[in-house]
Amino acid sequence: MPRIAVTVDGIRYEEDVEPRLLLVHLLRDRLGKTGTPVGCDTSNCGACTVMLDGKSVKSCSVLAVQADGSDVVTIEGLATAGTMHPMQRAFHEEHALQCGYCTPGMVMAAIDLLREDPDPSEETIRHGLEGNLCRCTGYCNIVRAVRRGAQSMGQAVTTP
Amino acid sequence: MTEELDAGVVAQQIAESGQLSEPDSTREVGKARRRKEDARLLAGRTTWTDNIQLPGLLHVAFKRSPMAHARIVGVDVSAARDMPGVVAVFSGQDVADEQGSLPCAWPVTEDIVIPDHPPMAVREVRYPGEAVACVVATDRYLAADALDAIDVDYEPLPPVLDMAEALTEASPKVHESGNRAFTWTFAQGDIDAAFRDAPVLIDRTYVQQRLIPTAMEPRAVAATTDGESFTLWSSTQIPHVLRVMLALTTGIPEHRLRVVAPDVGGGFGSKLQVTAEEVLCLLLTRRLGKPVKWTESRSEGNLTVHHGRDQVQHIALAAEADGRVRGVKVELLADMGAYLMLVTPGVPLLGAFMFNGIYKMDAYSFDCTGVFTTKMPTDAYRGAGRPEATYAIERVMDELAAELNLDPIEVRRRNWIRHEEFPYTTIAGLTYDSGNYEAATEKALSLFGYDKLRAEQSDRRDRGDPVQLGIGVSTYTEMCGLAPSRVLGSLSYGAGGWEHGSVRMLPTGKVEVVTGTSPHGQGHETAWSQIVADSLGVPFDDIAVVHGDTAISHKGMDTYGSRSLVVGGMAVLRACEKVKEKARRLAAHTLECSPDDLEFSQGAFKVKGTESSKTIQELALAAFAAHDLPEGVEPRLDADATFDPENFSFPHGTHLCAIEVDTETGMARIRKYVAVDDVGHVINPLIVEGQVHGGLAQGIAQALYEEAVHDAEGNLLTTTMADYLIPTAADLPDFVTDRTESPATSNPLGVKGVGEAGTIASTPAVVNAVVDALRPHGVHDIQMPCTPERIWRAIR
Ligand code: FES
Ligand code: FES
Repeated sequence: MPRIAVTVDGIRYEEDVEPRLLLVHLLRDRLGKTGTPVGCDTSNCGACTVMLDGKSVKSCSVLAVQADGSDVVTIEGLATAGTMHPMQRAFHEEHALQCGYCTPGMVMAAIDLLREDPDPSEETIRHGLEGNLCRCTGYCNIVRAVRRGAQSMGQAVTTP
Repeated sequence: MTEELDAGVVAQQIAESGQLSEPDSTREVGKARRRKEDARLLAGRTTWTDNIQLPGLLHVAFKRSPMAHARIVGVDVSAARDMPGVVAVFSGQDVADEQGSLPCAWPVTEDIVIPDHPPMAVREVRYPGEAVACVVATDRYLAADALDAIDVDYEPLPPVLDMAEALTEASPKVHESGNRAFTWTFAQGDIDAAFRDAPVLIDRTYVQQRLIPTAMEPRAVAATTDGESFTLWSSTQIPHVLRVMLALTTGIPEHRLRVVAPDVGGGFGSKLQVTAEEVLCLLLTRRLGKPVKWTESRSEGNLTVHHGRDQVQHIALAAEADGRVRGVKVELLADMGAYLMLVTPGVPLLGAFMFNGIYKMDAYSFDCTGVFTTKMPTDAYRGAGRPEATYAIERVMDELAAELNLDPIEVRRRNWIRHEEFPYTTIAGLTYDSGNYEAATEKALSLFGYDKLRAEQSDRRDRGDPVQLGIGVSTYTEMCGLAPSRVLGSLSYGAGGWEHGSVRMLPTGKVEVVTGTSPHGQGHETAWSQIVADSLGVPFDDIAVVHGDTAISHKGMDTYGSRSLVVGGMAVLRACEKVKEKARRLAAHTLECSPDDLEFSQGAFKVKGTESSKTIQELALAAFAAHDLPEGVEPRLDADATFDPENFSFPHGTHLCAIEVDTETGMARIRKYVAVDDVGHVINPLIVEGQVHGGLAQGIAQALYEEAVHDAEGNLLTTTMADYLIPTAADLPDFVTDRTESPATSNPLGVKGVGEAGTIASTPAVVNAVVDALRPHGVHDIQMPCTPERIWRAIR
């Protein structure tokens, strides 16, 4: 069994994994990082989205061995010193979650979206989140939250 | 969005209704409170059922039928038993004596046929995906591997797919008893007279396609036993009902069975069920003496989570020349699928009383036949029966308008119950307690810019613009707040419709609220806290709401049918009132006055005209210490209450949809959607708006996107999220939502429920808009979902 080294939310793990083990199952079943859920088996729903070396990926479509040597950030690693990430806060403030199952992936995808466009329009957000499905919210409040998150992240960058 | 959207208004009305104490700026009810639930969900610290890890946990996987209908000749599990990590493998035959039959709690007629429904098929499979065997292994991958080593020998039988054909003599049978499950009828008024010589007759057939509910959290079950007692965790909406039903099905004594619904990732009716997998996980933990867990894959879920809708509706409407409706006749075929599950036959009945909508008429008849087919059983899906009924009447009202060349709003106006006529007993026998269809419609028209859009529409028509504009309306109502127990009894449902709540003041002054409702995204923890904060005068943050565990929440009827606030919120309010009553006696004793001399305000009892007072927190501590209690008062400041509503509640509203239809490509794009809903008093406008948004998305999805498709052999083709298209953010518009408020009179909170409103209203609004766009092309119906291809074909 291949041995991999991977850093998840700031902690370095070394694990022997079967080559077929999915990253999401490594996270959930082996490392106890159950904050990242699974919503499908065809890479359509985005619930499992995490950051892999700074870019969002669907962790159900990555093998654990492919993450060898990488840095993974999950929803559990977003808050710093007990303070929510501005995007998490924005989701709370705009009521952008109901059951919350899509939320970890949605928040990660939203943050990734802002890497390319720090001030996205409604249109850009709607298309940018096409790979993340939510069955509860009808997306209106998610769009609002991403805009709000973008604003506060923008301020965080510009304010020294 | 402001923090206190509409705060005060509702608070004041509720205070005026005399149930909560006097209004002031500190009132919680009516505030757009951000949710208590969010923190753990946003931090990834939720307990989904699949997160549960237990020492020695084994993983379960199911071997499922690849055919819609077949006889099981043999199941060979021997090779699978030898696979690495495999602990046990069982076929249906192996558990035949033990597994019982999955329950149906709603025998709608005396002669209904309720076929035996083994959790794992023993002799015959009757829908694709039906479980035939299971593997228990040390790891989920190894369990899945072993499935491939199970050899099942099937002898194919003909599938039964079309309901009308299924009812013919020549049809193959799903069950030996035939394909008719029941026929249920209802009639009121002289229907023949209404249709005799009617100046206008509209006769239509609509198909409610089969839908897959698709909660984002797939189902999951975990079970364990210490040899005597059992605990089952399930991603369910109904832990309380499930406990009773599992006890009856498995023979595990009810008092030895604890059912827990941890955080649940959406339900929409799909988790209002007693499933094969729940029964089997209990049996497996009993047999093996080890904890087990099963989590479905999405493809497994698309096959085997109960499906929704699937009716063929024949609706006829007779009217006067001025558009006034004389009567409505409905004949339904409702696809039950292969078996009757928990409330399968009851779903069309929930619509039976709604085909008259918000309209007055002299006569109504309803006839529904439940039909067996070789498909996954259907059961509750958001709205359950009511979206189907609303669709049919709202579509047919548009046809009436078109026939008479009237504006669709005008035709509705001529028929709807006027606001001064409430309470109004409808032709279907329900008493609508309150409503104001005029007000909701006026508000919707003005938010929509109706006249301007109509002008644009006629301009585009005149110009022969390839992109036509359609305007769709739906003025809906629904029966919610399920339900008065006596009514459920009269409809042969196996249980009641009450709800339970406990409110416990703890010694430290904090409050623990236990509710019998079982939220899975609806925000009960927040909304119930708002009710309790106002009633007891304690801080919102000092209140915790617990739910979903039968060891903690002893009584309950759970969450479905927009019932939680209307019934469960009321039970919590009643419990608060009892707590205050007890606190008043205690305060009078402590302050040495008569209970009548006390006034209660902001969490304290004060002797009128003096400064001496006791806070409710002080009284909670005194009740805990119990050093000096008045005669007959027991220690602790807490109370239980149950609430059984005297009537349903009737949210209503007016939805308007503008849709652009490209006549060259068939593409339909929603340009504007306005929803004005009247859900009575509002506890938390943020949550209400969220419920409306989500409901709209699901109703629009039925109109435009979603359909469970089977091939000629009965195989389900839409097993993945790539084939069954739930809408993405890019498929939906921003919604304009607003409200009117006609408080319900059947409960003191004045609330009506909001979980299903958006779904019920939006499907007909969207399809009416599509058809409206294409009327000049001679189109008067398009089968849902209105895909570009169907629209394109309809024009040609
Ligand atoms: S679980 Fe990864 S995309 Fe659905
Ligand atoms: S909040 Fe439930 S799926 Fe998005």
